[in-house]
Amino acid sequence: MRIDCVVNGEPRRADDVWAGESLLHVLRERLGLPGAKNACEQGECGSCTVYLDGEPVCACLVPAGQARGREVVTVEGLGPGPGELDPVQRAFVAAGAVQCGFCTPGLVVAVHDLLARTPSPADPEIREALAGNLCRCTGYEKILTAVRLAAGREHES
Amino acid sequence: MTGVESGGSGLPVGAVTSPGSGPPGGVRGGVAPERDREAGTVGPAGTAGGIGASPVRPDGALKVRGEFAFSSDLWADDMLWGATLRSPHPSATIRRIDIGAALAVPGVYAVLTADDVPGDRYYGLDVADQPVLAVDEVCYRGEPVAIVAADHPETARRAVRRIVVDYRVREPVTDPEAALAGGRLVRHVPIRRGDPAAVAEVVVTGEYRVGMQDQAFLGPESGLAVPAPDGGVELYVATQWLHADQRQVAAALGLPAELVRLSLAGVGGAFGAREDLSMQVHASLLALRTGRPVKMVYGREESFVGHVHRHPAILRYEHGATRDGELVYVRARILLDGGAYTSTTPAVVANAATLGVGPYRVPNVTVDAYGVHTNNPPCGAMRGFGAVQACFGYESQMDRLAEAVGLDPVQVRVRNALAEGGVMPTGQVVEGPAPVARLLELVRDRPAPPPVGDDPRQLPGGVANTTTPEQVVRGVGYAIGIKNVCFSEGFDDYATARVRLELIGGEPTALVHTAAAEVGQGLVTVQAQIARTELGVARVVVATADTGVGSAGSSSASRQTYMTGGAVRAACRAVRAALVARLPGRPGAAGDDGDGQVDGGGLELAGGAVRDAAGRTLGTLVELLGAGPVEETVRWRHRPTRPLDPVTGQGDAHVQYAFAAHRATVDVDPELGLVRVVEIATAQDVGRAINPEAVLGQIQGGTAQGLGLALMEELQVVDGVIRNPSFTDYLIPTVLDVPPMAVDVLELADPHAPYGLRGVGEPPTISATPAIVAAVRAATGVPLARVPVRPEHLTGTG
Repeated sequence: MRIDCVVNGEPRRADDVWAGESLLHVLRERLGLPGAKNACEQGECGSCTVYLDGEPVCACLVPAGQARGREVVTVEGLGPGPGELDPVQRAFVAAGAVQCGFCTPGLVVAVHDLLARTPSPADPEIREALAGNLCRCTGYEKILTAVRLAAGREHES
Repeated sequence: MTGVESGGSGLPVGAVTSPGSGPPGGVRGGVAPERDREAGTVGPAGTAGGIGASPVRPDGALKVRGEFAFSSDLWADDMLWGATLRSPHPSATIRRIDIGAALAVPGVYAVLTADDVPGDRYYGLDVADQPVLAVDEVCYRGEPVAIVAADHPETARRAVRRIVVDYRVREPVTDPEAALAGGRLVRHVPIRRGDPAAVAEVVVTGEYRVGMQDQAFLGPESGLAVPAPDGGVELYVATQWLHADQRQVAAALGLPAELVRLSLAGVGGAFGAREDLSMQVHASLLALRTGRPVKMVYGREESFVGHVHRHPAILRYEHGATRDGELVYVRARILLDGGAYTSTTPAVVANAATLGVGPYRVPNVTVDAYGVHTNNPPCGAMRGFGAVQACFGYESQMDRLAEAVGLDPVQVRVRNALAEGGVMPTGQVVEGPAPVARLLELVRDRPAPPPVGDDPRQLPGGVANTTTPEQVVRGVGYAIGIKNVCFSEGFDDYATARVRLELIGGEPTALVHTAAAEVGQGLVTVQAQIARTELGVARVVVATADTGVGSAGSSSASRQTYMTGGAVRAACRAVRAALVARLPGRPGAAGDDGDGQVDGGGLELAGGAVRDAAGRTLGTLVELLGAGPVEETVRWRHRPTRPLDPVTGQGDAHVQYAFAAHRATVDVDPELGLVRVVEIATAQDVGRAINPEAVLGQIQGGTAQGLGLALMEELQVVDGVIRNPSFTDYLIPTVLDVPPMAVDVLELADPHAPYGLRGVGEPPTISATPAIVAAVRAATGVPLARVPVRPEHLTGTG
């Protein structure tokens, strides 16, 4: 099947998509956007989090056909321009919240969404919001630091 | 790199890393570096972004933008997809394999079995006993039997399902005790020290069990193999040791090593699970057969059977002590289930044995550690590597001893604490600092976390609202562990570094090239820091790790900053010596004399110039490099170690010992068996924090993995079959499970190690588990003897 959608602000088309392909597969393998990651493929780890019409979703759980005519924003599309970083991305780098980095794209999108809804979340709110994103390297401490930093709470870190 | 997009690690040659600032905020919990001793002068101090700083990691921006090329992100023109048929049985002979129906699937390009392996049909890190593809039998569920290449991953998977294998199923051996009794021994390491018949006033015994933990890295096994015009293969993979892969892949392909060229693709975590091969040979076989690039990416379920796990263990301990709590003897028997193939079981057994009494002075020791073969999933390396299992045993025993003699848990440990100059059960004298007592006192003296509140998010059960504050009981537990750093038992352990200093655009630039695997720990940053410190230049390029330079050894055993860091430092010092030789009037000037200065005359390299002791510039780098680049390659070794005596287990087998202590505070709902870890405090001696932020990252991440083993992580293997191979059923800690982690870092230099550093990665994983279990015991009074602790162990219903 053919899928037309808007990805990171640009109209994109994928042809010959199999009925069983996920949005994650189409983004990664057909549209050249491997930023969203394939860590569990059953919605447990959050590594594939992208925006679909402004809502964060696990792209591995979305059949590609459901993206038809809709707007997708991936981690590659968050920055204000090519090579530029969104404040959440800057905070992750500055806080040392990145180790292997496999969870990072999903966490960056999840934190971006959290701060859009709740600009200055308390720690329990941060933990609740990020409970669907697994990280195996950091023990989450630096990720919390990054969220506080992006939320302008770095003085409390 | 022909036809490969975004190949390599995302750190192409030419990406200049530059010193940045550390985190703008402070560090929660706080590193309070405490430096008692310096390991001599370490070259020019104060180079921005050098050792001791925490410059921004060079791959950070790529990773947050989603542009860092992990091994599962690679793509090539004309690429095929590989898939693997795996055994459904833990043990069976193979009568026949019929690939006809699979080959007939449109879009399938190759279906290969063991008969298609041109070289050695078996591989392995120590012992080549694991088949590339099953040869006449399968010995664990999930063993690779056949591989397929097709033009779509789903086509490849469908073709896999059409391969017909005629199995004759055998009764699997799944009980490690039965395996030991049945002669399926992999290795026995005995330790004998002092009087084997020693008696004591107070005796405590216990049997403890450790379940099978998985590394559960997030980035699945994956990579891309590209056939080369010279008949060889270019392999882009996520691994911990490129040259060990190269050796095994070349042997299986029947090719000389120079035709099997590996580059490190982006690694999505490792933790030991990437020491053994996974898809490396399979993708290479398919690429060479089809003449097309072949990509393989495991799904999560396949990943759970596609790599080795932490050895499950049964540990029996008897501790004898005086009434004052001073240890007289320890006797232990440790049985480790190695699963179907050897992997690193021999070394894991040696660690469990040699570290089996913990960081304590014990005059009389009898330890027997065994590793056996079963038809369970193969076990091998995971962070902590034998020391984790032993620590759960000996630390549980120390708590029992404390209770028996009426001391508190910290007192009994401090009373028996190993110290510098102490003797291990192997007879090895611990050289350099061993601040066991101090680490325990540091975590003990930390302020206690706040008392139980009434926010349901901070109670056991969380927002499920299962528990009221009145139902909660709190407990505090302590543990300390010991780990060897680097490879042991006489292994020829080395790392290679090539450093080139040249003018690029008129500016001195250092290129550091090693084969050391960056797995997330921050090694790329550390290599650049060392080059900045040693060469006094700001611009450092760290090349993609590949087999175009000599082996770095493995990113494991907490060794890579020590080893590759040592090699980069040595190569930089060779470059400095060559530069000095270019000074006018100094032909053949002396090289590095070991004190960190360029020569014995007090010359140093800083700020882009060679200066004498008075600070006078003798020549600028721009002048000295005008004649061309300087390049040096150095193979660097740590101090030699010795094999263990096979009868007594005596010998100086280890290079360096590392220590960490934990204090865990938990809240428990005893009625439901729910545990919430409130806080974990860690104290660790790192010798020298080359990158303090990365040190904290290792300590916090390692502690979280220890928490996982304590409370949730276990591969449940029934009759040789893993019952929970998914992140739905194999639980790793989320941000709700991991509490705030206060950290104290000591920097007590090891005089034998580069910059005095001590390996960091493993110790925090080792003692976190017993500290948490001790806290749960303290809260509930339940004598827990098994990890992970499950709710039914606390409610008495399981």
